[in-house]
Order: sequence, then C-alpha cells, then structure tokens
Amino acid sequence: MSAPPIAFITKATPMRFGRWLLVGGAICIILLLIGLLIGTTGIVRSLTELRHPDSEALVVFWQIRLPRSLGAWCAGALLGLAGCIAQGVFRNPLAEPYLLGTASGAALGVALCLLSLDGVAFGIAWLGALGVTGAACVGAAGAIALTLALSRGVVQTASLLLAGVVVAFLLSAITSLLLLTKPDIWLSMQSFLLGSTALIGWFAVLLLFAVLCVALAVAIALAKGLDALTLGEDTAQSLGLSLPMLRLAFLGLVAVTTATVVGQCGVIGFVGLVAPHLVRQLFELDHRRLLLGSALSGGMLLQAADLLSRWLLQPAELPVGAVTACLGGSYLIVLLWRRNRDN
Amino acid sequence: MGYGRRLVLRDVSIGIQRGTWTAVVGPNGAGKSTLLRALAGLTVPRAGEVQLEDQPLQHWSRRARGQRLAWLAQAVPASELTAYTVVALGRLAHGHWFSQETSRDRAIIERVMRATGSLDYADRRLSTLSGGERQRVHLARMLAVEAGVLVLDEPTTHLDPPHQEDIVRLLRSQAHGCGVTVLSAIHDLSLALAADQLIVLGAAGLIGQGTVAEVLERDWLSIAFGEAVSVVQVDGQYVWRPRLGESRT
Repeated sequence: MSAPPIAFITKATPMRFGRWLLVGGAICIILLLIGLLIGTTGIVRSLTELRHPDSEALVVFWQIRLPRSLGAWCAGALLGLAGCIAQGVFRNPLAEPYLLGTASGAALGVALCLLSLDGVAFGIAWLGALGVTGAACVGAAGAIALTLALSRGVVQTASLLLAGVVVAFLLSAITSLLLLTKPDIWLSMQSFLLGSTALIGWFAVLLLFAVLCVALAVAIALAKGLDALTLGEDTAQSLGLSLPMLRLAFLGLVAVTTATVVGQCGVIGFVGLVAPHLVRQLFELDHRRLLLGSALSGGMLLQAADLLSRWLLQPAELPVGAVTACLGGSYLIVLLWRRNRDN
Repeated sequence: MGYGRRLVLRDVSIGIQRGTWTAVVGPNGAGKSTLLRALAGLTVPRAGEVQLEDQPLQHWSRRARGQRLAWLAQAVPASELTAYTVVALGRLAHGHWFSQETSRDRAIIERVMRATGSLDYADRRLSTLSGGERQRVHLARMLAVEAGVLVLDEPTTHLDPPHQEDIVRLLRSQAHGCGVTVLSAIHDLSLALAADQLIVLGAAGLIGQGTVAEVLERDWLSIAFGEAVSVVQVDGQYVWRPRLGESRT
C-alpha cells in the first residue's frame, strides 16, 4: 500500500483555516456595522438618524463610533498578537502580553502625569489627553527596560518572567503609594486601569493600525523561530537559530505592541491570554497561521466586548476591561473544565 | 566541562570516525549528556575545544553548523505542532526566514517520514501521539536536516523494546548505509553493545574509547559501573545479562 501524497496532507488544514479567516473577517465587519448603531442613544434612533443624517449625527458616526469600533479591533488584534508571541517565547500557555511589567509601568506613568496636572493647574491645556497616552507609553517602555535590566538581558526566560513579576508588583506599589493621598485621581485612574475604548480617535486608530501592520509582518516573518522553540531551546539552537536574537526580536515586538495599546486604551486584560487559545482550540497550526488567527480573534473579541460594554447598561457604559475579563475568564474556565473532563 | 561551578567532566580526548555509530555508556551522572551537549556545540567547554571536520566548532556559522550537525534532546517538550510541521523544521538551516518549502524540501520530508514510519500521522498534533510515535517524528526531524553528524541523547528511553530495536536499526543503517556519523548516549547496555564504537564514562571521567570487543576485553564496563557487568554472546551478538541468580561480589 502506498502512503498518501504529502501535498494532500499539508493542504488539509490551511484550507479550513482560510475559510475560518474569511468567516472571521465577515463577523468583524458585521460587528463594525453594529458598532455604528450602538451608543448612548437607542438603536432605533440610530437607524433613523443613519437614514436621514443631520450634522450632529454625522459627527457621532464619523468622529466617535467609527474610530472607536475600528480602534477597538486594532487594539484587540495587537493584544492577540502580543499574547501569541509571549506564549510562544515563554513556551507557556498562560503567558500574556503584560508579563514584562508594561501594565504597571503605564499605570505609574499615567498616575505621575495626573499628579503633575493636579499640581500645576494651568498645565491641563497643553498636557491634555495626549499627555496621558504619552505618559502611559513612556511608563510601559520604562517598565520593560527595568525588567530587562533586572534579568540581565534575555538569556534566561525564567529569570525574565520573574523580573517581570517583580517589576509589576514594585511599580503597582509605587503607584498606590503616590495616590494614597489623592482619592480623586485614584478614581479617575480606575477607568485607565480597567481599560477603555471610549476615547479612541482617528489618530489613535491610525497609530494602532500602523503598529499592527508592522508587528504582524515582522512576527510572521520570524514565525518559524516560535515553531522551533516549541521543541525546546536546545533543539531550536541546534537548528541554527540564535536564541538571544530571536528572544530580543520577539520581546521587542511584545513591548512595542502592548505599550501602544496601553497608551491608547489603558490596561485591557484577558484578550491577549485568550485569543491564541481560541485559535488553538480549533486548528492544528504552525505559528505563521496561529499569529494571524490570534490577531483576528483578538480583534473580534475586543470588538464584541466593546459592543457589550456600550449596550449592556445603556445609556451608561461599562469599562471594556471588565467585560473582557468576564468573557475571557469564563472562556478559560470552560476550557479548563473541558480539559479536566477529557483527561 | 560543567554547569555553573560544578565540574562534570574533565580531560576528555576522543576522536570519532565518519560513518560509524558510537555509543556513550556509563552510570547515571557520569556526564554522558554533558559530553554530548558539548560535542553538539550546545555547551561550550571551559577548556579545550570540539572540532567538526578539522575546524573548531565555534568557527562554524550557526547556519553551517545547523546543516552539518543534528541534535536530538533527551526529553523534547510535547509540541502542539503537527508531525509534518515538526519534521519540516529540520529544513530550517537550509532555507531563509522568508523562503517557502521547496519541492526538494518536501521530497526530503516525505522520504524521512517514510523511513521512520511516521508518515501515517503526519497531520496529527505531536501532543496526541504516543511516546514511540513522537520519537519517530523527532528522528525524522533530525534526518530531515541531512546532516553528516547526528548526536542523540538517549533516543531509546521510555520506548518499548520493539521500538527501541527499530531506532537502533535506523541509526545503524544511517551510519553504515549513508556514511553518517552517529553519536548517542544509550542507557540500555544490550543496545549500546550493538554500536561500532563505545565511549565509556565512569564516575571519575573518561575511561576509554574503543570497539565493543576492545571494551569487553579490558572490562571497562565493570570499571565504569563499579561492579562486575556480565556480557554474553548470543548468535554473534553481545547481550548484557542481569545476574539475578548470583549473589553480588
């Protein structure tokens, strides 16, 4: 008996995966359209306004709802991508984009920014909203630098993880201490710490999209390195790969993507952790496709969470980070339960 | 050679011939893995050097070394990749980051998967395969490199006897049939005694290197393990005999 031709074997998965990508893309577009309809005003009113738009409604659609929905997708895709890379580099399915301390660093940056605004009353005009995003980015970058310095580079993944945890705790503690006497700033920090897609404008959309394109291209180009790492670090090295260079490149990607997202939307949890699992549950994939799928499912997830956060308590809004935590958390529980049942 | 402050092996001087299968034997903790890791270029010895084709291993570029020397670790993590993808990773040192699989790559992958009997489960995840099936996939990945030197750390552990036999047969045919240099640590003495050459390590370091006949003649195995090791010849094949009926001397 002759074995089946190899071409048949390798083509089976990509075709199903390609179809899934198409379906996922279609769902994203549908979610985007729904996103235009859901806001503080009711859906019915939105529909009539869409048919006979006045100038105010047009501003709401074009300047608020559309960039917000698009931005939520881009941010989710970045988080999904970063999560997939982090899980690959650390060879740990529970790794997530914030494990280099980015979230705490960004929070500290924002806290410092708000404190300086509080101290200098007339400074609000020129620091403004850009100041908060900038401070978040700088804080995230600083946290990563601190983590890398503590672990003395990227040679050991275990010490890198440990350093990330230490930095996260340390910076959170500093933030809490700073805000101990400023309860009002502490309150306004909460919306940042829980993540929010409400303030995404067109500039943020463009920034998120540009970073997503570059990060996705670089990650997919280096995806075989992540494949090799699944076989262990020795084996990857024996295949002719330079582990330090590979880690540096991938952690750089995680750092840039998470810092961008945190700067624009605050700390949105669970998307980066869950998105890769969502794809892995469905397909046997190499990392090229896994990265692509994680980005798509991450975008879809955050888009859906954004819609829910706007719709559930209408006309009030839930913090989107709380919604992703509920969605992602319950999905992980189901996943764990299923795994325990199967074993 | 050693890790951190711990010195595991010292004063090792060995030469390995092309087209032979050499087995490294010795008690637990003698430094078999350390020696193999150094020979594969994964650990840099504190003093001295390892040469590949008369050039120090460090002078080879990563890619060139990756094409000439293939490594199989003792315990490979259970990957979520399909068997085919894992085997295809063996071609990594031959292509570039952006290059797609060529038809030549594909032909090689198919050939080695057929040779190791892993073609039937090419599209299954590694984590769903049995230990024996998984080891065949890793062997195929190793053969896909088409390297002149194969270094394997305990390729037969955790496998049932028929699978162990298959793997040893494959290694031997690689050495004798394809002119590949095979170097492996093997725990099972009977399997190790089927090799062309033995490197015997004891608790105090290298005891010696030689053909199986030489090693048995000088009783190096008994020296290595610190107690008498009994080897008998059955149908022209050396077999280790556990001496359960006799009291220890």
